[in-house]
Amino acid sequence: MFRGDDGAGVLAARRLKTLVGDRAEVIEAELAGLEVLDFMAAASAVILIDAAKSGRPAGTIHRLDASAGPISADLFPHSTHVLNAADAIELGRTLEVLPPRVIVYGLEVGDTRAGNDLSPTVAWAVDQVVERVVHELEGLSCTSGS
Amino acid sequence: MSESKDHNTRTISVGMIARVEGEGALRVSVKEGVVQDVELRIFEPPRFFEAFLVGRHYDEAPDIVARICGICPVAYQMSAVHALEQIFSVRMEGALRDLRRMLYCGEWIESHTLHVYMLHAPDFLGYASAIAMAKDYPEIVTRGLRLKKAGNALMTLLGGRSVHPVSVKVGGFSRVPLRSELEALKEELLWAREAAVETVRWVAGFDFPDFAQDYTCVALRPSDEYPFNEGSIGSSGGLNISAGEFEQHFREEQAPYSTALQCRLNGASYLVGPMARVNLNHGHLSPLGKQVLADTGLSLPLRNPFHAIVARSVEILYAIEETLRIIDSYEPPPSPSVPVAVRAGIGMGCTEAPRGILYHRYRVDDDGLIREAKIIPPTSQNQRRIEEDLRAYLPRVLDLSNEQAALGCETVIRCYDPCISCATHFLNLDVQHLR
Repeated sequence: MFRGDDGAGVLAARRLKTLVGDRAEVIEAELAGLEVLDFMAAASAVILIDAAKSGRPAGTIHRLDASAGPISADLFPHSTHVLNAADAIELGRTLEVLPPRVIVYGLEVGDTRAGNDLSPTVAWAVDQVVERVVHELEGLSCTSGS
Repeated sequence: MSESKDHNTRTISVGMIARVEGEGALRVSVKEGVVQDVELRIFEPPRFFEAFLVGRHYDEAPDIVARICGICPVAYQMSAVHALEQIFSVRMEGALRDLRRMLYCGEWIESHTLHVYMLHAPDFLGYASAIAMAKDYPEIVTRGLRLKKAGNALMTLLGGRSVHPVSVKVGGFSRVPLRSELEALKEELLWAREAAVETVRWVAGFDFPDFAQDYTCVALRPSDEYPFNEGSIGSSGGLNISAGEFEQHFREEQAPYSTALQCRLNGASYLVGPMARVNLNHGHLSPLGKQVLADTGLSLPLRNPFHAIVARSVEILYAIEETLRIIDSYEPPPSPSVPVAVRAGIGMGCTEAPRGILYHRYRVDDDGLIREAKIIPPTSQNQRRIEEDLRAYLPRVLDLSNEQAALGCETVIRCYDPCISCATHFLNLDVQHLR
């Protein structure tokens, strides 16, 4: 059961599972909180995909290179879990446990009511992100999560 | 945060409370130096899941209610299965009963450690966040992450995964662990036991405001163990009732400024959660737990909400010790579950979520379909008590800047570890559609 567009990251991960084979480990992190640090441990490169809500139109795709510098938690401000994916990444940076390469995709969401399906706009964005991640994987040997 | 002033009225509004599981807002009105109104606005799609359960088969309930909260899914599952098992006259015994306690231990370890290390400790050490705190205390934050991971490992083994467990069912589990699988966790749990002792010592050394309050504490009170899934509901005022009598004594009321309901005991506020549990059940802590608690120098009953971080840490230690005890005596049950004979009826379950008692009531028909569901989470039970604490605390911060006053209020609220938006990932839901 998803909460509307909030399921974007998980659905992207499931799609990727069928596409990337053994080129990468795909993990459904589900809550994308502090557990992200455990999932990233020992990986040389990570692509993280999560639902974002920064005020941009639904379907907007954000791509942030967390390896290049701190990323803002404002991209994911509305998680029930205040330590969201961006917080986890910054905590990992502080503790010096961040993998060398971390790319974050944020899919801007609209309707997040429980029980609803993904909106067509965000479903389209999921397709785009999956395509871009598959392309990125060609240049990376990485572990991806959502 | 916003501020409005005329010549003798000041309003402090905290639009979003940081580092609380979920988000809420606090509005305080002060007139001529006297607090007029304290309104903790909780944005909660309150009863969506109650409605969502109606018409579902009883065996879907554990998986559905697990989705209510990512931090305490086991609590929702445990209250649901115990309520439903009451209807079907199923009783958990032996290894199955122990495994349910152990699964709950995993959740307490995860939830309490997240709160103690990442959400609450920064308040006492003067940091805006765990990330800022980690710069100066990397070893301590790393210890917290490792301790939390010990809880994750339990949840993953017993629940099938670390978030939203899938193995719990009415009548037991869909799968139970091998003895060897549990034994494999022991080494890390032995480390965790030491880390938990250190955690209690660490937090007991914080500088606590002198802020004793008069609480009515409410918790489960089993006769022979620290509470998780069983026991009568007791209070420091002498209440002693079964879960089936809950609604005769506790009543929910709608606060006009909040989408969450507030629950009262015979019309008055009360306290649930770690501090209430320790106050009412400290006699059932292990010898080590009792000693570590005594070493803090705090006298019982705990009456200062800021001491909740100590109670929470003592419970981390208890959960680890209880897990080790169960592992040492574990013999896999003959079957992962017992047979369930479906029949119509009404059942009530009350278990100890990390944040306090969580009450469920279900009515099921002859086909096992849920016809009615009621869920009363601990945060709605503590909400009135939080407001009363804030009313008492506010005079201490009124002379400060709004920013500092707001921080002080947030600190009080965080003592309760409230799970404010338990039923949603994002807060800007149209709750009218969810009712």
